[in-house]
Amino acid sequence: MSTLQEMWPFLRTGFGMTIVLLVLSMILSTLLGTVLAGMRVSPVWPFRMFGTGYVNIFRNTPLVVLFILIVEGFPAIDVRPSFDSAGLDVFESLAVIALSIYTAAFVCEVVRAGVNTVDAGQAEAARSVGMTFGQTLRIVVLPQAFRNVIPPMASVYIALAKNTSVAAAFGIVEATAELSRMNERTIASTMKLFVVIAIGYIIIVWVIALVAAILEKGVSRAR
Amino acid sequence: MSSSVLYDAPGPRAKRRHAVYSVVGGAAILALLGYLFWRLWDAEQITPEKWEFLQDPDIVNDLLEGLRVTLSLAAAAIVLAVAFGAVFAAGRLSDHWFIRLPCIAVVEVFRAIPVLLMILFLNFTYSAQLGDYWSIVLALMVYNGSVLAEVFRAGILAVPKGQSEAGLAIGLRKAQVTRLILAPQAISTMLPAIISQCVVALKDTALGYAIGSSDITDRAKLIFTSPFYNNPIAVALMLMAVFVTINYTLSLIARLLEARTRRRGERVVQVDSGRAAVG
Repeated sequence: MSTLQEMWPFLRTGFGMTIVLLVLSMILSTLLGTVLAGMRVSPVWPFRMFGTGYVNIFRNTPLVVLFILIVEGFPAIDVRPSFDSAGLDVFESLAVIALSIYTAAFVCEVVRAGVNTVDAGQAEAARSVGMTFGQTLRIVVLPQAFRNVIPPMASVYIALAKNTSVAAAFGIVEATAELSRMNERTIASTMKLFVVIAIGYIIIVWVIALVAAILEKGVSRAR
Repeated sequence: MSSSVLYDAPGPRAKRRHAVYSVVGGAAILALLGYLFWRLWDAEQITPEKWEFLQDPDIVNDLLEGLRVTLSLAAAAIVLAVAFGAVFAAGRLSDHWFIRLPCIAVVEVFRAIPVLLMILFLNFTYSAQLGDYWSIVLALMVYNGSVLAEVFRAGILAVPKGQSEAGLAIGLRKAQVTRLILAPQAISTMLPAIISQCVVALKDTALGYAIGSSDITDRAKLIFTSPFYNNPIAVALMLMAVFVTINYTLSLIARLLEARTRRRGERVVQVDSGRAAVG
């Protein structure tokens, strides 16, 4: 138990950073991904093309390469955003941007698939009773799409939680980087350190899956 | 017209309106791309000095050698992952709880932890025995293998029930039914998912960057970190072009196979890369 006590400060900073990266990227990628999905299903072809191009480029790029472009590259062209209020420095903020740009491509596909699972007759019925586009979307399509979107969206967020570890390769001290830091200080055997950090990630994954399961149940009961 | 529930087929007025939106939207997108280009130009990222590494035959050969390592890492990882996935899918479908439960545990745990954590752990603990190459291959094997185990399980379960009942009725044992009847039918429905997983494995080989595995991303690091070039943006754009070309081709193949399977009226198994067994 005493080793766990020694590990605790490292785990707290590490997983603290992992969770901040996760939550901020979740929010940004969901906003960006939803806008992109709107573009991909739009009847206006330049928007459609942009959305398709975005998804094909960023879904097929390794996250490490995107980190090189953004975390290494942006400071070189004097793009230095900083999410001060979340306590992030420039590199951590750029990591959030890289994670969000990458994850948005996957969010876009999930939202688009979710909208397309709604039966076309539903929207047609809504229009034929005189609902406007906004009403159709808000009252008829989105509530049904939301239900279908929860499980795949949870998968995207779980992948995002694991992907925050890539920041460790760029000098950001989050949970995975703590494996190296604690290993250097030989606080415990590498195996022990690995198991403890792995359990931390498993807990995060389970929490996301659990919230998704509860939401899914809640939504289906509301009907 | 895109397949969408949101829009009716446009009438003449909507068509005119969409044409206006197209012009305005197209102009806005071009303006955005133009702005990004201008920013790079202004920051002197689109100068001959930043890009001339592509004309140095030594560097290009080094990158090509790196690409060979990347492809070899991905190929080794995916072959081993298929074997790993097959074993653990079979284990999860076992009738005996003492085989089933450990297999479920392994698959769920390895799907929930980051590949990079696994790579670092293997590299710290067994670097003498494994070296960088096999640290990465093994980490990719257990992760992709665990994802594929779920794909295989879903594929086997998706074969109509009458097939296995017929097999059992003519006196085959369960293992024979799986091997002779279910697996051959399941493979075609799983092929697109396996190819999609190749894309994931190929992308994840870039994690070798963290331990210096001399794959293309790791070698590219030497270029952009050298004070002579100092060009992370140019190098990253070059890497993106390489990976997007390869992965887009793989995705296209997966999509063609999926369309073929659909045409035959069979179900297609989807990859679910991260869900744990909650709910």
